[in-house]
Amino acid sequence: MEITKKMVEKTATKLSAEEILGGKVLSVKWEPKLKYAWDNGPAIGRYLAELKNGKIIAKKCDKCHRIMIPPRMFCELCWVPTGEWVYVKDTGIVNTWIVGYVDWKAKRLDIKGGVRPITPGIIEIDGASKGMGILHHLGEVDPWKIHRSMKVKAVWKPPEERTGSITDIKYFKPTK
Amino acid sequence: MRRVAIVGAGLTKFYRNTQETPKELAYEATKMALDSCEMKLSDIDCVVHGTAPDAFDGVHMKGEYLSDGSGAYRKPYMRHFVGGGTGVLSPIHGWFHVASGMFDTCLVVAEEKMSSAYPHPAGAFLTIFDHTTEQPLYPTLIYIFAIEMNRFMTTHGYRKEDIALVAVKNKKNAMDHPSAQLPAEITVQDVLNSEIMAWPVNRLDISPTSDGAACVVLAAEHVARRITEKPIWIDGCGWSLDTAYWTTRDLYYPDYLEVAARQAYKMAGIKEPSKEIHIAEPYDPFTYKELHHIEGLMLAPRGKSVQMLVDGHFNRNGNLPTSPSGGLLGVGNPIAAAGLMKVIELYLQLKGTAGKRQVPGNPTCGVANAWGDLMQVGTVVVLRS
Repeated sequence: MEITKKMVEKTATKLSAEEILGGKVLSVKWEPKLKYAWDNGPAIGRYLAELKNGKIIAKKCDKCHRIMIPPRMFCELCWVPTGEWVYVKDTGIVNTWIVGYVDWKAKRLDIKGGVRPITPGIIEIDGASKGMGILHHLGEVDPWKIHRSMKVKAVWKPPEERTGSITDIKYFKPTK
Repeated sequence: MRRVAIVGAGLTKFYRNTQETPKELAYEATKMALDSCEMKLSDIDCVVHGTAPDAFDGVHMKGEYLSDGSGAYRKPYMRHFVGGGTGVLSPIHGWFHVASGMFDTCLVVAEEKMSSAYPHPAGAFLTIFDHTTEQPLYPTLIYIFAIEMNRFMTTHGYRKEDIALVAVKNKKNAMDHPSAQLPAEITVQDVLNSEIMAWPVNRLDISPTSDGAACVVLAAEHVARRITEKPIWIDGCGWSLDTAYWTTRDLYYPDYLEVAARQAYKMAGIKEPSKEIHIAEPYDPFTYKELHHIEGLMLAPRGKSVQMLVDGHFNRNGNLPTSPSGGLLGVGNPIAAAGLMKVIELYLQLKGTAGKRQVPGNPTCGVANAWGDLMQVGTVVVLRS
């Protein structure tokens, strides 16, 4: 049997956001306020502590020899506990990136008004195994001049402002 | 294992905002599916339900909330959820129930109402990212898909203007789909000139926010043959999950999908997918994603899908029509319901009842896939007439 226009037309009724938010259609509004304290475990705990010191640390798998960042207590490929801690560099290359005109809530940025687009990317960290990237932002660069394999370096917050967070690195900027 | 067939299907209209509640949408799709094969709820042994994040609705345990609309009253009922991959896991989940011999009939329902979340459902996705290493950087889904699209483009040298043809094709196909939310005749230039969301993704590269529901009825072989002269068989199922360390995968290729597709093809006895499969519904929440998935389904060699697209290979009258429904880009994207809508399209096409959308050549084998979680899950079904 074919699914026809006549069959589907009465299954759903179209509304506009204005009809809902404007109160023409009654709705109930709720804003959740939830609080969590997430434990980070020994691997990410050490990662954060090292970021506070201005260093990036990885962990090595003794079986596949991958130097992994972010560090982890077990290798998800070999399924064994990981071995030694390895300091890696705070430089790397751009694996891939975007030029964002919306924020995380899909709200438009005022690009025409001079707001810089948001430029997150995946940075492959020097000293970690090939392809080991982390998510971070790119800065001090024309968004439209970013390119694949561009060499970049971390720009750190001053030591007194660091809290032990991924945001202790402000962003990565191109190296000359 | 017993052979399992789809014997009926139902689908609501897809809209950005529907007045109907999630339960009411589920009821409409389920009722239509039962009516389509002249079955009653009392003929149904069990129900499975696919629906994506509870956070869209702000209703915890959404599966339980939706059960009454899905015809599950006092029946064995299970909800499944693998993000965007949910809608194609739905028939697989139903298949477990019937293929195992435990049940003869199963309702497979998928529902999504994204519009309840304000200011935009995109905000509900922040918490899919690692809470310590990623959330403080405020990523969102559109960023990571754009990140993947860019890697796909820079690896193969693909051009945005060629990838845009997916939107042109799918929105045009959707003109003939009765449930479609965004059917349109557009040009490549329209896509390129549409608002930049997260370059390389423009507005017309993306499927919309949608509300809607879909349902199929599954039956074991001996029951299916009593219900219809032309059951459509679920001959292959596959699913797999890649690592949640998504920034350490090379995003240019969907390995998660190849693993799932190989599993489904093996079960269906398919050795040369590009020759043995006649139609495909690759998951297309973004333009590039249809091509990415065509490559992962091994329907095109890596790096060649764009040329095949440009050559018209994937048009409704091409050698391998893809998204003849109009896809998520044209019909809409109520997450779980959109995946099941793709499976329903294969069902209608293989049955020869797709109306104006019917592809020529009496297709007898089709594949659909969906994708989700942290860009890491692949779900695949192969259907045959």
